[in-house]
Amino acid sequence: MSTLTGTGALVRMALRRDRIMLVVWLYVLTAFVASTVYGFRGLYPTTAGRIDFVNTAAHNPAFLSLYGQIYGDSLGSLTAWRDATLLSIGTGLLSIFIVVRHTRADEEAGRQELIGATVVGRHAPLACALAVAVTANLVIAVIMAAAAIAFGLPAAGSLAFVAGIAGAGLVFAGIAAITAQLAQTARSARGLAIGVLVFAFLLRAVGDSAGQGGPRWLSWLSPNGWAELDRAFGSTRWWVLALPLAVALVAGAAGAMLATHRDYDAGLLAQRRGAAGSAALRSPLALAWRLQRASLLAWATGTLVYGIVIGSSAKGIGGALGSGEVRRIMARLGGQAGLTNAYLAALLSFTGLVAAGYAISTVLRLRSEETEGRADPVLATGAGRISWGAAHMSIAAAGTVLIMALTGLGTGIGYAYRAGGGGAEIGRLLTAGLAQAPAALVIGGIAAALFGLAPRASVATSWSVLGVVVAMLVLGATLQLSHWVLDISPFTHLPKLPGGTAHPTPLIVLCVVALLLGGAGLAGLRRRDIASS
Amino acid sequence: MTAAIDIVGLRKAYGKTTALDGLDLRVESGEVHGFLGPNGSGKTTTIRILLGLLRADGGSVSLLGGDPWSQATALHRRLAYVPGDVSLWPNLTGGEVIDLLGKLRGGLDPARRGSLLDRFELDPTVKARAYSKGNRQKVALVAALASDVELLLLDEPTSGLDPLMEAAFRACIEEERAGGRTVLLSSHILSEVEQLCDRVTIVRLGKTVETGSLAGLRHLTRTSVAAELDEPPQGLDLLPGVHDLDIVGNRVRCEVDTDKLTGFLRQLTAAGVRSLTSQPPTLEELFLRHYAGDEASVEQVSA
Repeated sequence: MSTLTGTGALVRMALRRDRIMLVVWLYVLTAFVASTVYGFRGLYPTTAGRIDFVNTAAHNPAFLSLYGQIYGDSLGSLTAWRDATLLSIGTGLLSIFIVVRHTRADEEAGRQELIGATVVGRHAPLACALAVAVTANLVIAVIMAAAAIAFGLPAAGSLAFVAGIAGAGLVFAGIAAITAQLAQTARSARGLAIGVLVFAFLLRAVGDSAGQGGPRWLSWLSPNGWAELDRAFGSTRWWVLALPLAVALVAGAAGAMLATHRDYDAGLLAQRRGAAGSAALRSPLALAWRLQRASLLAWATGTLVYGIVIGSSAKGIGGALGSGEVRRIMARLGGQAGLTNAYLAALLSFTGLVAAGYAISTVLRLRSEETEGRADPVLATGAGRISWGAAHMSIAAAGTVLIMALTGLGTGIGYAYRAGGGGAEIGRLLTAGLAQAPAALVIGGIAAALFGLAPRASVATSWSVLGVVVAMLVLGATLQLSHWVLDISPFTHLPKLPGGTAHPTPLIVLCVVALLLGGAGLAGLRRRDIASS
Repeated sequence: MTAAIDIVGLRKAYGKTTALDGLDLRVESGEVHGFLGPNGSGKTTTIRILLGLLRADGGSVSLLGGDPWSQATALHRRLAYVPGDVSLWPNLTGGEVIDLLGKLRGGLDPARRGSLLDRFELDPTVKARAYSKGNRQKVALVAALASDVELLLLDEPTSGLDPLMEAAFRACIEEERAGGRTVLLSSHILSEVEQLCDRVTIVRLGKTVETGSLAGLRHLTRTSVAAELDEPPQGLDLLPGVHDLDIVGNRVRCEVDTDKLTGFLRQLTAAGVRSLTSQPPTLEELFLRHYAGDEASVEQVSA
């Protein structure tokens, strides 16, 4: 029996399990390409317009770090510039999810044990996971290429463009095949692989925005960079595509070799032992902090870095907006300073939504503790329901405020570093970040109220509320929704900071509403049954 | 003697499903009380109501003299609970969980904690995600047994333990009984209940069907008798309470209702007894008799 026996049957089952997820990814990624081509064709129909745009964008470090270098002024070159590096993050994530899902996640759930006891070779599960990932990337590449060609982009360039994106997907399938052997759990296998992906993105971002004389070679070290470095629609460098292929093959083979050296449902990285006891875990709040601190640390670091990136990219923002006509309109809206403020206000309000997501997921930890049977042992002690519920809710609230403070602080530091202004700028942007917190707290309060009053619906409803609020912020103006509708969203009531004037009243009202919602949740929690696992 | 637990006519429904339909349970202070019933008979629901995690729909519940719903936290300082399926926080070690639950309950005895870890051979430095089911169970047992409380609520506490650890558990409960603690032990392992419990309550379909001391319950059921006589017996089939009578020559086998044994033995000795073996009913037979009732009633319905 070969170590690959049974792979074919596993692949068929995996494709059936993943059929909906794969179609959704395929749709989203293809729609992204289509809307980019469509958008650029409408915005810059003439070569002159595109040259004007390229000249400004190529000197904007924010654009260069986010999207990469521009290798031409054709419609195809603009599309590749905007999409190649971003979509290769998408295919990278998709590959990581697929590989971990069909290896370690199945082992953790105990399903692989059933499969492994049948006539299935040792390497079949990993081979199956890689085969599904390769298939998914190939199908996505073919369909994206068809979409690009249908929009009139050159066929050869389109192929190079999608090959770069799919190539990054293959690289991260290989990397996930390695991390799946190293990590202790599926969660950390995913985390490690995503960490490599983020690192690859940052390498490329630094390399691409480095400018003449800077460390531009960094982009060549990054799988994220290879997706653009083939210059798909310029003078195509086909040989660049050999880089992701070679790395994917080596990584996949390394994963297979490592797989023979580890036990079922165990990683090669040793499970660390922990403390034999704890004097600090003495209250529900101490337990909640212990459970939530790693997540908060990750969020805090991420938002601080995000703040520094958007802050340091804001200075040149006016230059990216292309034609003189647009700039004249913008000048009427407040000139360069007004433009920078509007840019930062938009990005900060986006972080406000992200912080609301943190608040929801932190509050809903209560629900998963309850349904997974970990609330019972705590509530069967002297700890009351209120102190248990309030512990997680207060960490959610404090964490939300911290996240917005760090975003504002990071933005301020980044902006002051690039544009000057020192402490005053930092203080101004810190305030602007913090001003987002009350609206995020209201969303967290809604999750808390649902957890207490309608626990079964709490998870789905909380995230739906956030979805509606996001849609209102993104589409509200376009759809010309009446102000009555928009007023429902707490984010509508926030001052436009930086730049606008802040009245404390709406912020205080939002904080009070958040407190009342949290209180309603606790009151509901006190009266209801605790779900059994 | 006051009752540690006194439940009368307890009712609880989940939507249209009735979990408890007038359950009674009385546990005296200082006794080890067995709580028996098939899966889904309402044992866990009863324990979760005692813990104040669920609110009763009807009936009266008194726990350590208080109301388990409104005085939950005060009562919880005086009891410890071990669930049948222990879920732990994957990134906390066993030792951390034991200390956490102990502190939340109001403190535990460090010396006792150490000796229990030894007896159950549990490594407290291992993260919970690496524990087997049996080891997770041990974490909850050590946390409960090391705390200084009056009442232990144990919901199938030995599920997943190997026979050696089960023996260690039994020894611990014997000590608890000697130390005067009250224990409510829900279990499927009848030998365990038979060895440990002073009294038992058997529930079925959310109702109490039998309660009392094991000796008392045995009276309600049959003793199996096998005897060799001097001559073939006469008139045994006419006696009340004699079942499954099997006479081959001068050998007799039958089941006798325990409260009719006297008349039966008188008749036997009349024929001259050469040898006699009698077996008291096992708890298993008690148990099966009540569950067999399920099948009989199902058959009646379908007939």
